[in-house]
Amino acid sequence: MSEPPLRIRGLRKAYGSRLVLRSIDLDVAEHQVVCLIGGSGSGKSTLLRCVDLLDVVDDGTVHLGGTELTDPRLDASLARRQISIVFQAYNLFPHLSVLDNITLAPRQVHKVPRRQAEETARELLARLGLADKAQDYPDRLSGGQQQRAAIARALATDPQVLLFDEITSALDPELVGEVLDVVADLKERGLTILMATHEMGFARHAADRICFLEDGVIREQGSAEQVLTDPRHESTRRFLSRVLER
Amino acid sequence: MEHETTAELNQQADMQDEQYRPSERQLERERFRRARKRRNSWIATLCTLASLVAAVAAVVASPGWDRLHSRFLDGAEFRRTFSAVLDGFWLNVRMFLIAEVLILVLGLLIALVRVTRSPGLQPLRVAATLYVDVFRGVPTLLLVFLVGFGLPALQLQGTPSQPWVLGVIALVLSYTAYVGEVLRAGLNSVHPAQRNAARALGLSESQTLRRVILPQAVRNVLPPLLNDFIALQKDTALVAVLGPLEALRVAQIKADYDFNYTPYLAAAVLFIAVTIPLTRYADRLQSRGAQRTWAEAGQ
Repeated sequence: MSEPPLRIRGLRKAYGSRLVLRSIDLDVAEHQVVCLIGGSGSGKSTLLRCVDLLDVVDDGTVHLGGTELTDPRLDASLARRQISIVFQAYNLFPHLSVLDNITLAPRQVHKVPRRQAEETARELLARLGLADKAQDYPDRLSGGQQQRAAIARALATDPQVLLFDEITSALDPELVGEVLDVVADLKERGLTILMATHEMGFARHAADRICFLEDGVIREQGSAEQVLTDPRHESTRRFLSRVLER
Repeated sequence: MEHETTAELNQQADMQDEQYRPSERQLERERFRRARKRRNSWIATLCTLASLVAAVAAVVASPGWDRLHSRFLDGAEFRRTFSAVLDGFWLNVRMFLIAEVLILVLGLLIALVRVTRSPGLQPLRVAATLYVDVFRGVPTLLLVFLVGFGLPALQLQGTPSQPWVLGVIALVLSYTAYVGEVLRAGLNSVHPAQRNAARALGLSESQTLRRVILPQAVRNVLPPLLNDFIALQKDTALVAVLGPLEALRVAQIKADYDFNYTPYLAAAVLFIAVTIPLTRYADRLQSRGAQRTWAEAGQ
C-alpha cells in the first residue's frame, strides 16, 4: 500500500470572484495526523469542505485511496462513505438522541442492523466518556460533550479518513482539553486525520505534520517541531508570533 | 485583531492569479458537466412536452369535450361578460384593501394584548383569547351569513345597510383572529436577549416593542402573513351570498341567464391574476428568510 489514503493535487476553489484556494498539493499518509494552520479566511475550512465534496472544486484533484473523488461521474454520497467530517458547530441533529445521532448513518447508509449499530455506538460512547449520555438529547449536553458525541457520530461509519474543522473553536476554554484528549486518543489508535486548528500547543505534540496556509497555497509544511519552532518562511513566522503572543 | 482579519480578506480578494490556466483534467470535467447539463435539459423539455401533449389529447378526446368547450370555454361569451365581471372584481379589490388595513391594525392590537404581562390588562387578555378562540373556530361563510343577514335584522341604530360593508365586517372579524395569532407567534419568536439588550440600553418598554421587537417579529412572520392576505383576497368572493355585485355574483347572474358557465371562468382568471403574483412574492420572501436563518446559524 504505497498509495496514501488522501492525495490532493492542484486544488483550486473560488467563491464567486473571491479566490480562496489557488493551488493546494497535500498528501496525508495512513495513520498520520496533519494539522492545517493559518489566519482566518486562509481557506482551511474550504479545503476540508472540498475534500468531503461539500463544495465543488474549480480545478485539481482529490484522490481517496485509488478513487478520484473530484470526478463528476462519481456518486458523491457513495464516495463520502469513506470520509467523516466533524464541524466547528457540532451540527448534531437536535431531534435525535445521542445514540440515534450516532446510529443514523450506520443504519440508513451502511445498512447495519439496529442491534449491532447500537452496540458499536455504545462502545464508542464509552470510549469517549459519554456512556451515560446515550439517551440524552443534544441540548442537554455541554459543548464539549456535544462535540465528543459528534466525533462518535463521525467514527461510527468506520471512515478511512477523518476531517476535523476547528472542532474546539466554539468551546469554552475549559472544555477544549476534553475534546483534544479524544483526538490524541484517536491518533494513538492509528486513525488518519486531517484537521484545521488554532490550538498550536496541541498541534505541536499531536501533529505528524503541520501545513501553514496563506494566499491559497500551503506556504510551508514540515514536522510540528520544525514549523512551530523554526519556521523557514517569513509569513509563517509573522503568523505564529501573532497567535502565540496572546 | 479585527483589522488584521479585514486586511487579510482584502489581500485574498486581490490575489495575483494571471498565470492560472485550467488544467486538462478540469477542462475535461467541465465538458462532461456541460454535456450532462445539456442532456438533462433535453430530458426535461421532452418530458414536459410529452405530458402536455398527453394531457391536451386526453381532454380533447374525451367524450364530454364538446359540451365542456361550449359551456365553459366559450370565447364569445367570455368577451361579452368579461368587462362586467371585471367591474365586479373592482369591488373585490376594494373590499380586500379596506379589510386588510382593518385586519392588520386590529390583529396587531390583539397580538399585543395577548403578549403583554401587565396585571391590569388581564380582562382584555381574556377577552382577546376568547375572541380568537371563537372566531377562528367559526367558518367564514357562516360569519358572512350571521353578519350579513343577522346584523340588519337587529335593527340597531347606525347599522350599515350596504351588503358589501357587512361582508367586509364579517371578513374582518374572521381574519383578525388568524392574523392576530400569526403576529403573536412573531412577537414570541424574537429572542428574549433582544429585549434585554434594548432595555439595557435604556429604551422604555414601548420603545423596545416599537423599535426592536416588532420589526423583527414582522420580518419573521411575513410569509405566513402574506399567505393570509392571499386567502383573504379569495374569500372576498364569499360576500357574493349577500348580493353585492362583486365578481362572483356578476358571473353567477350571467351564467344563470343562459346556462353558459364561461363567466365563472372569467372571474376565476381575475382572482388567479391577483393571487399568483402574491404567491410568488410570498415564496421569494420565504426562501430569503430561510437563507437568512441559515446565515445566522453560521453554516
